[in-house]
Amino acid sequence: MQQSGEYRIGASAEQVWRALNDPEVLAQCIEGCQSMTRTGDDGFTAVVKAKVGPVSATFTAEVTLADLNPPHSYSLQASAKGGAAGFGKGVAKVSLTPEAGGTLLRYEVEGNVGGKLAQVGQRLIDGTARKMADDFFAKFGELVAPGASEAVTAAPVAEAVKAKGVPGWIPVTLIVAGTLIMGLIALLSSR
Amino acid sequence: MSDTGIGKSVKRREDIRFITGQGRYTDDITQPDQTMAVFLRSPHPRARIVSIDASAALEIPGVVGVYTGKDLSADKIGDIPCGWLVKSADGTDMLVASRPPLAVEWVNFVGETYGIVVAETLAAARAGAEAVVTEFEDLKAVATLADALGGPQIHANVPDNLCFHWELGDGAQTDAAFAAAAHVTTLELTNNRLIPNAMEPRAAVGIYDRSTEEFTLYTTSQNPHLERLILSAFVNLAPEHKLRVISPDVGGGFGSKIFVYPEETAVAWAAKQVGRPVKWTADRSEAFLSDAHGRDHITTAELAMDKDGVFLGFRVRTRANLGAYLSTFASSVPTYLYGTLLAGQYRTPAIHVAVDGVYTNTAPVDAYRGAGRPEATYVIERIVETAARELGVDPAELRRRNFIRPDQFPYQTPVALIYDTGDYEASLDKALKLVDYAGFPERRKASEARGKKRGIGLSCYIEACGLAPSQLAIQLGAGVGLYESGEVRVNPTASVTVFTGSHSHGQGHETTFAQIVSDRLGIPFENVEIVHGDTGRVEFGLGTYGSRSVAVGGSALMKATDKIIVKGKRIAAHMLDAKPEDVDFEEGIFAVRATNRKLTFGEVAFAAYVPANFPEDLEPGLSEKSFYDPKNFTFPAGTHIAEVEIDPETGVVTVAKFVAVDDFGEVINPMIVEGQVHGGIAQGIGQALLEHGVYDGMGQLVTGSFMDYCMPRADDLPNFIVDTTVTACTHNPLGVKGCGEAGAIGSPPAIINAVTDALGIRDIAMPASPERVWRAAQGL
Repeated sequence: MQQSGEYRIGASAEQVWRALNDPEVLAQCIEGCQSMTRTGDDGFTAVVKAKVGPVSATFTAEVTLADLNPPHSYSLQASAKGGAAGFGKGVAKVSLTPEAGGTLLRYEVEGNVGGKLAQVGQRLIDGTARKMADDFFAKFGELVAPGASEAVTAAPVAEAVKAKGVPGWIPVTLIVAGTLIMGLIALLSSR
Repeated sequence: MSDTGIGKSVKRREDIRFITGQGRYTDDITQPDQTMAVFLRSPHPRARIVSIDASAALEIPGVVGVYTGKDLSADKIGDIPCGWLVKSADGTDMLVASRPPLAVEWVNFVGETYGIVVAETLAAARAGAEAVVTEFEDLKAVATLADALGGPQIHANVPDNLCFHWELGDGAQTDAAFAAAAHVTTLELTNNRLIPNAMEPRAAVGIYDRSTEEFTLYTTSQNPHLERLILSAFVNLAPEHKLRVISPDVGGGFGSKIFVYPEETAVAWAAKQVGRPVKWTADRSEAFLSDAHGRDHITTAELAMDKDGVFLGFRVRTRANLGAYLSTFASSVPTYLYGTLLAGQYRTPAIHVAVDGVYTNTAPVDAYRGAGRPEATYVIERIVETAARELGVDPAELRRRNFIRPDQFPYQTPVALIYDTGDYEASLDKALKLVDYAGFPERRKASEARGKKRGIGLSCYIEACGLAPSQLAIQLGAGVGLYESGEVRVNPTASVTVFTGSHSHGQGHETTFAQIVSDRLGIPFENVEIVHGDTGRVEFGLGTYGSRSVAVGGSALMKATDKIIVKGKRIAAHMLDAKPEDVDFEEGIFAVRATNRKLTFGEVAFAAYVPANFPEDLEPGLSEKSFYDPKNFTFPAGTHIAEVEIDPETGVVTVAKFVAVDDFGEVINPMIVEGQVHGGIAQGIGQALLEHGVYDGMGQLVTGSFMDYCMPRADDLPNFIVDTTVTACTHNPLGVKGCGEAGAIGSPPAIINAVTDALGIRDIAMPASPERVWRAAQGL
């Protein structure tokens, strides 16, 4: 799976960078986030609980940052384990470009999923991950630049997507978590 | 003859309960104090299990126990074995990878079981499974057949992932035939991987009785006695006399329920651990992941001909995917059930086949409707059709030139089999007439006028059924014999309870077998009950697969019924004061020849159990058993013709006509036979146009649901035109050959021959999906 996107955030690159590295901010942007912990200068762990109908699964995500060039760019590796639901792994490159009135965040992700996720939801992954990312950015934008946010519609993958905020590793983890959740939905509907 | 006798289209008596929801399947079996099981399955195609932490799971309310492969091995539960030992061409044994029911250290395909969670409810079991924390070290996997030989070594004892290199036929003679050939046709073919998808998923209920130390296992098996034998002799679950295996109503198998699987093994074992019954029913996702898959071959075939298109030699090189482990009969499918069929219906004097059976990090591959014969038929009938096109000869005519003629039977093929009988041209002629072969050019023109492309394709298949002579099978590596048992128990009031080792999971045995027995004994069809699928009631059996039920199981019943008649004659002779050899039996009446003295079957049956004055040498009772071991395989054969119309703008293939003319020998119930043919053709068309089990490059199954695995539906299929020809099998008492798999064997090459004819191309990979067809139609 490959995906890329761009989001426009109404804050400076430095502000965005700080927010991206603030576990408190990130935790608020992820639905069902139970904990978000910095594991050092170069990583986070997150525990996200997703519940769909009678099935609930807890996903543990680990994120490692690399090539840090604050506040301009970095890359990261993320993996999420969902136990019986499967797993996801991905790498992403993130860049922040100052613009008039804000910052353009650009990301490129390459990831894959395994277990039940791959089995039941391969063809729905891209769309679900995109939606999860957009939902995240909406909240992130609200938190980082309140009032300066404007809702924007998602465009095809190859084109730039206007939105409010863009955290670097978040899209990856969200894509991973999103596919996990989507997998559960598919599992339920298959029963 | 009564209207329920042999040869009559009696409505299936079992259908009443099936279509009114009264069937009793394994999941319907509910025991007092029952627990539910959920399996821990690997999300990785290849990984080492570093640790399993079940502590959080055990704290979840309702979770009764969590067990792993280590627990099973500590209790001396053995590996699940492969039942057929194939030898490589150099004489060495195939390399068998150890397969514990629950993986201990290594997992080798996505979905492999490595633990079982037992709980009060299914929800608690699922929650428990979710709470188990397993750390894997994931490793690079061998995801596809093409990667197997050069890929990472999966099993420590199997270099190059090569399980066996098997050969059959005379290589030197075949080389000589090619040297003398005027024309050689070569074709590279892929036989796509299929996922069986029986309507009822696999299930098991394990029960352990502490007072008697007896296990009872309800499970969805096509052969419960074989299941019991393997679980006793190899897996060490329990001694055979302390293990009862019951296969109640089973909703389809298609081969996938022949095998012994990890799940029922673990469920039965866990019942003893928790001291309560344990039930597990696969959900559809589990079925996709863990039912044995089918087919998955890559083949290069070469056909050598003289200037007149007479076949001189046939050379076949195949790589067969066995999956991560050898399932119960996996090794026999791409070898003895494949290579031996490569003569087809033709006189080809020299044939040589070599098969590499390889391991990959995918679900085990084993017998699936047809098992080896569809793969063989696909290779033969695709290359014969291609050769005809290359030579500019009508495909029907080229086949005619090479058919084994009726006066050549019994016919010894160069690949071990002896065909007993057949008339291939009769089936071909009938099929050509039914499809209106002569009118095809007109129909093609009409299609072209509508912007469509029309094609026609033939397939003249042969298969080997009625598995099979035990002596030959054991000599070739089978771990069990291939006879069948039958018992006919006449009750004092002359109703009859019949016990068969065959197993019905949709085939209609309760009707067909009752037709046979009631017809032979001259008693009402309603008075005959068929019992099957229970090791506690049926003495022994080898089950149902390879279209063997009537040919072998039915023949065993014929033998047992003959013994009943012999005993009945002795009783009647005693009662009528005659000699047994002077008593005739016909239409349910024992009569002393040339007299008016006679007794009904009912009178004799009653006397057998109320023996007022039987002499010392005449035992009371009227109950007889028989084991029937066939002398040879049976050889159903026929011609399938498909006519397709393709929309080049969308790539959609419409099957416009499908004709099947089959020679199944004598037929017990024509309606059931036709139903079997319909189902088989639907599956064959599914393989040719729709179905494909796909693993991605990492080894993840990406066709793991009905969203991505395309099953044929009614609107994908035309009304089939089905007919038969008859050459009676020469070596079983019913003259029957078997009909369960022919539809799935004959149809795929007919469809692909028609599609390639329509598009004017040499080959197209199965499934010929709209995308592939559209690309071909657009010349992409």
